[in-house]
Amino acid sequence: MSSMIATRDAYGETLAELGGEDPRIVVLDADLSGSTKTGVFAKKFPERFFNMGIAEANMVGTAAGLAAVGKVPFVSTFAIFAVGRAWEQVRQSVAYPKANVKIVATHGGVTVGEDGGSHQSVEDVAIMRAVPNMTVIVPADGVETKAAIRAVAAYKGPVYVRLGRNKVPTIFPADYRFEIGKGTELVAGTDLTFVTTGLMTAQAVAAAEQLKKEGVSARVVHIGTVKPLDQEIIVKAARETGAIVTAEEHSIVGGLGSAVAEVLAEQCPVPLKRVGVNDRFGTSGKAEELLKYFGLTAENLVETGRELLARK
Amino acid sequence: MNELVTHLEEKARQLRVAIVKTLHASQSGHTGGSLSAIDMVTALYFHKMRHNPTDPAWEGRDRFVLCKGHAAPAQYVALAEAGYFPREDLMMLRRLGSHLQGHPDSKGTPGVEVCTGSLGQGLSMAVGMALGLRLDQRDNRVYALLGDGELQEGQVWEAAMAAAHYKVDNLCAMVDANGLQIDGEVTKVMNVNPIADKFRAFGWQTLEIDGHDMAAILAALDQAETLKGGPTVIVARTVKGKGVSFFENKAAYHGVTPSDEELPRALECLGCFEE
Repeated sequence: MSSMIATRDAYGETLAELGGEDPRIVVLDADLSGSTKTGVFAKKFPERFFNMGIAEANMVGTAAGLAAVGKVPFVSTFAIFAVGRAWEQVRQSVAYPKANVKIVATHGGVTVGEDGGSHQSVEDVAIMRAVPNMTVIVPADGVETKAAIRAVAAYKGPVYVRLGRNKVPTIFPADYRFEIGKGTELVAGTDLTFVTTGLMTAQAVAAAEQLKKEGVSARVVHIGTVKPLDQEIIVKAARETGAIVTAEEHSIVGGLGSAVAEVLAEQCPVPLKRVGVNDRFGTSGKAEELLKYFGLTAENLVETGRELLARK
Repeated sequence: MNELVTHLEEKARQLRVAIVKTLHASQSGHTGGSLSAIDMVTALYFHKMRHNPTDPAWEGRDRFVLCKGHAAPAQYVALAEAGYFPREDLMMLRRLGSHLQGHPDSKGTPGVEVCTGSLGQGLSMAVGMALGLRLDQRDNRVYALLGDGELQEGQVWEAAMAAAHYKVDNLCAMVDANGLQIDGEVTKVMNVNPIADKFRAFGWQTLEIDGHDMAAILAALDQAETLKGGPTVIVARTVKGKGVSFFENKAAYHGVTPSDEELPRALECLGCFEE
């Protein structure tokens, strides 16, 4: 098994590195710096860290103000609060003026676990994707998170990055180059394609290995940037493999699955199946249990792949 | 001082004329709250703030955030008068293709720092600016102009808490307390009084003035600058629609513009007989 690291840990580490490289970087958190890992930065650069208390709306607005005077603010809290509580601040104070604010939310999806449905954000990607000017990034592992955070710091404009709570397997090589807006073909294949994001990419790689044993050649395309979407790599996969299974730790409404469906419907209609949380709220449980409960597993991807091949 | 006050009073009168003409041309926008705020806006743009209309991004500038973004005409006429853009642009307010959006938009209008208009968000941005400027060890000041109805937004108090917590004494908030909001009197819709007491309880230093008394505005702005250790708010009692007798103290004129018939009468009230 490859090494395991939580994307939030990779974020904390990278943010602290960046703090030493770029004095413009400031960090804001809403009483969750231990969980979001911005605490690593806070310890190193206390004067550039602002704990805004449990007041997310003001935190996002304050970040917009810091950006307006030339700072590069990173704003962190759980996905449910960054996108839910502070949605209109993200829209009006950040996205509308194209403020150079980076919203890096941790604890996205159902793997939040025991805290339950109130804290499991299954709609944040959909909501952020609908906001003009917003870039939406969902890294698959620690390596990609590190590269993405560096790319985000260098990019001028609003970005939403969605990270997870738990350790996930490292699937990218250490020298992986992340480019905003570009998908990556991780496994070559000709019979069908898994188009995936976040922690589901590792599951898709495992599913492709399983299908290979059964004589099915499955391609895996990882989408690190859900918006702007790499349409080219998706259309190419549809043309060359003729069937697409999307997978995300998110509602199938409005997230990656919807984004891919939009592209396919307009440019290259092929049989499609979306794997994700089926328009439901989350529930309490252990992360691993919840992934199984919601069908966010390699086994379910294998089964879905087989079903789809029968429709081809 | 008296000369300065007279000069600014005359400037404010001219800007009131410009507001009325601009809103008559657009036939859409917020008259009452623009007229109640204009004396404070005049004091800031034509005396108190350091800024450079030929270089809106000049690093040495003080910042102004119009939290009550619906009073955009008040800011726009001041910016045009100061020379940020041609006065003719005012006649394009709220029209398709104009840089003068219904509410302030930093992407298009020179001199506008942030996007405001959704009430309650501006003070947070002003706090962020003040923190950023302090980090850079700059002595620039940040001025945020809020409405009293706007104080009903919870985010204002989150920002108030943060400003006091981080002791941003380069921040001066001004409340244009005209006592009216869309649905009627602020005290009846959702009472925000006592305003100064609330800010004091949040750790702010407070000054209370008549928001149409130019000498008092200037004195309060000067005093705010000397108050260290935390943010200051100037609670300014004002009259909605101030200067145009038949607009004054009427909630109905919140989002209504002068008609063709009202225009000459409104200008007459402002001592302008040219039309």
